[in-house]
This record gives sequence, C-alpha cells and structure tokens, in this order.
Amino acid sequence: MFDKTLTAAAVVATLRDGMTIGIGGWGPRRKPMALVRELVRSKVTDLTVVAYGGPDVGLLCAAGKVKKLIYGFVSLDAIPVEPWFRRAREAGAFEARELDEGLLQWGLRAAAMRVPFLPTRVGLATDVLKVNPDFRTVRSPYADGEVLLAMPALKLDVALLHVDRADRLGNVQTLGPDPYFDEQFARAAQRTYVSCEELCERLDLAHGEDARFNIVERSCITGVVEAPCGAHPTSHPPAYGWDLEHLKAYTQLATEEGGWEKYRAQFIDCSEADYLTRAGGAARIRALALPIF
Amino acid sequence: MSHDYSLAELLVVAASEAWRDNGEVLASGIGVVPRLGASLAKLTHSPQLLMTDAEAFLVEEPVPLGPRGDYRPRFSGHMSFARVFDCVWGGRRHVMIGPIQIDRFGQTNLSGIGSYARPKVQMLGMRGLPGNSISHLNSMFVPNHSTRVFVPGEVDIVGGVGYNPARWQSGMNAGHVDLRLIVTDLCVMDFGGRDHAVRVRSLHPNVTLEQVRAATGFPLEAGDDLPVTPAPTAAQLEIIRRLDPHGLRAGVIKGNPPGVRSA
Repeated sequence: MFDKTLTAAAVVATLRDGMTIGIGGWGPRRKPMALVRELVRSKVTDLTVVAYGGPDVGLLCAAGKVKKLIYGFVSLDAIPVEPWFRRAREAGAFEARELDEGLLQWGLRAAAMRVPFLPTRVGLATDVLKVNPDFRTVRSPYADGEVLLAMPALKLDVALLHVDRADRLGNVQTLGPDPYFDEQFARAAQRTYVSCEELCERLDLAHGEDARFNIVERSCITGVVEAPCGAHPTSHPPAYGWDLEHLKAYTQLATEEGGWEKYRAQFIDCSEADYLTRAGGAARIRALALPIF
Repeated sequence: MSHDYSLAELLVVAASEAWRDNGEVLASGIGVVPRLGASLAKLTHSPQLLMTDAEAFLVEEPVPLGPRGDYRPRFSGHMSFARVFDCVWGGRRHVMIGPIQIDRFGQTNLSGIGSYARPKVQMLGMRGLPGNSISHLNSMFVPNHSTRVFVPGEVDIVGGVGYNPARWQSGMNAGHVDLRLIVTDLCVMDFGGRDHAVRVRSLHPNVTLEQVRAATGFPLEAGDDLPVTPAPTAAQLEIIRRLDPHGLRAGVIKGNPPGVRSA
C-alpha cells in the first residue's frame, strides 16, 4: 500500500510565497489550526487566502502573511468580528475581496468542476461587483436573455482541512453536524492536506460503519497530518467546543501595544506539543463544552 | 390592557408578524429578537414555518435560547450550511437580520463603516446579504432607530440589494426581491410606499411620527391616524418567556425599557 502521512512542518515546506491557500471549516469551527500555526511559524508570505474566516485568518493577518483575502466574513461567532482581521483591515494591510458566503462556495464549485465560471444572480446590484473589479456579468444565451454574474473559479494551490479521522491512504471522516464546505475546498485545490484528531491505519477496518461521514474521496487528499486537538481554539464538534477563554484573551491582545508579540511568544514560537500544554493540555481541551446556539 | 411588558417583548411580537402567511419557508431570525419573533410565529399563527436549532438541524419545536438544562431538541431534518444556500437560492426562506446601515432603497450594509478601501470600522463582511436579498423574503431589525442606521443617500457598502433603479442594469432580474418589515425600537415600517418607499405602519406606544422622522436620514411615508403597535397578549408573553428562559431579550435595548414608555 502507500502512506500519505507527513508532519505539519513537511506540509508547510511545500508551500511557496504568493500561493493561493484555501482553509476549510467555518468561522471558529473545525479549523486546521495546527497547520495554520505551523504556517505562521514559517517564512512563507504574500498569500492569497480563501476562507469562511475565523482565527485562522486572524492569525495569518496578525503575522502579516496575507496579501489578498477572499472571504464572506471573518468571525469568532461569540465575538462577532475577528479582532486581528479587523485590525489589519482597518490598517489597509491586505487586499480585501469581500463576497457573499454562497458566492464563495460557488467559485470553489466552478474550480472543482474545472469551468471558468458559474452563473448566479447573487452579487448583482450590490458592491460585490465594485469590490471585485475583475468580476464580469454574462447574458443568458437562451430566450430569457437574463444578465447574471459570472462567478469566476476560485482555484486553490493548496487547501488545508481538519477532520476527525483519517487513515494513511487519505480517507477521511468528519463526525460533526455540518461538513461546511471542506469538500469544495478539496476539489478546488491542486493539493489538499488534512490534519486529523485520530490517525488510523485503515478507516475501512477501523470505522467502516461511519463511511457516510466521508466528506470527499481520498484521490482529493494529498497528505495527512496527525494533530490531536488540532482545531483548538476553534470548536470540533462532537469532540470539543471552542475555547472562549483563549479567544477572549487573544481578542484582548489585539487592542494592546505589542499584543501580537505576546501571543506569538506564548502560543506560536513553540512546538505544537508545547502549544497544547500552554493551552491547558489535551484533557482540558477535550472537556471544552460544545457551544449552545 | 396590562402594561407589564418590555419594549423588547413588544418588538418580538411585532417581528413575529413578518412571518405571517409565508407558508413553508425557512424562518431565520438572526439575533435575539428576530429569533424569538420567528419562534413565536411558528408557535402561534404560522406552524408551517421551518426552523433550525441555529446550527445544522431542523426542528418542529423552536429551541429556547441559551443553556438548555435537560432540554434536548428533537430533529426533523438536516439543514447544513450547504443546504441553507440551496434553500436561499431556491427562494423558500425569510430572514430577518440587523444591518448596521439601511438606506431609503432598502439596501443594507453589514460590512463596515466608511470607505471600502479603508473602512473606519470593519464589521462582519457581506455574509449572506447579497444572496438573501436577491433570492427571497427579507426583513430587518433595528434596536437603535437613528440617522446612523437609516442613512441619507446610499449605505456605505451595499451588501443587500434594494429597490434602487440605478443599481439594476437592463437584463438583471429583480423579480425575487421582496423586502418586508423593518421593526425598530420606535416603530414598524415596510416598503409599501410609492415606488417601494419606506412607510411607517405603526408607532410604538408614546412614540410620535415626528420623533421617527427626526431619527431617520431619509423621507418616510405615513398615513393619517397611524395605529399603535399592538401590545403582546398574555399568551404571547408566556411563550416568549419560555423561549428565553435566561432573559437575553433584556440586553437587546439599552436599559431594557418598558413597552409603554413614559410620554
């Protein structure tokens, strides 16, 4: 057989300045934070980031890695506006390409289907067209002649995802109530790396009864990184909730002089094992209550 | 008539009216008052409404807000974000949100204040506004009726579409745009004026039309003899209190004023 496992550092070693990186999950939910932290530790920069953003986008903004951001929102839910994103945005630190949430997945779908665009009404008569000056409209070739937005394909060089389970072959399962758009990120990307809570030799043998929770086939998965609690401080239902205490402290630092350096020293400039210890340990993280909506 | 209700409770009842006679649409109330309004609608006049647990599952019994104790929601279906978008684009939904700005065309902004290039205040982003507004029924909730929200001219960043002819080029289909109620802390309005102009429908107890006009950055239409927004009934209050056992509605409007403010 074959083996797609590698380390987070090995994933980041494949990334290059100027790449377009898609990040799965949704806001503060099931984000591949261990991979993002490793990316923040690296020298890779000038990235175009595509995401339903949460602290993944916040960390990359704080670290000055983002040249262009393609997003529908960047939020921590309980803290409505991601603080480091807000700070970078108000400072004009990156090129902001704001989209409707549904439009973002439409662009990923176009890339996944290898077509140049997909038509939609969404975005017409709004500033989506103004803030994305390269977007064009298209006229229906049929009798209706309707004018629609031609949402361009959002092609990704790399997608990063976090899942519950994966095996060495690249099979994955997510057990939470919502798969979000991880499948579309994987299909839109040239290469997709997943981090996982639990690494198995073979998912068919270990958890075959849960095969319906397989969000995308393994031919879309390039590499697998074992990263228990790798979504922290975001939630990973049903395993653990988001770490509001951590997120509040992180938010507070965004208003302080030298706040990023403090956060970085404590939670980035260390190994992932040290990170988990500094974040209170795996047992504490796994005991974090799921959020109530 | 008892005066023993809060302004927030009055607004929940007013908001619930948005979903009356909508049929089997997904009722999405974003925020405490809209969510309670949608839940109240489903439990009273509009049982056909679909509703979620605010995460990923459909429920037939609206889920109370906040920590649930022993209560366990029962699920009737699945409504992942992917399915929400399919539902939105198919038109079977009515959402009520609280935009940071609204203009006379009904265009809405959730992105930020100031210029897009360099916003003075960055807010959430467009979220689902462009898709919601062009696809299905939309209503709005404003807990702080003021000229900062109801702006003159256009909103700073147009996320949600409205009835602004300058924004609709020939061939674009505005046929699914249907803006319904605006529920504020002063009044209830709709888009029933001339050419969809914003019109006052009812004033909350002891609020004057002059007061509403002074707090709005564009002209408002209004009929003579505007009705007073109906007070909650005892049955409605009982449902609201059951749906919001932790009293989150008390935090919606500064000072949690009573429904009947002193004249």
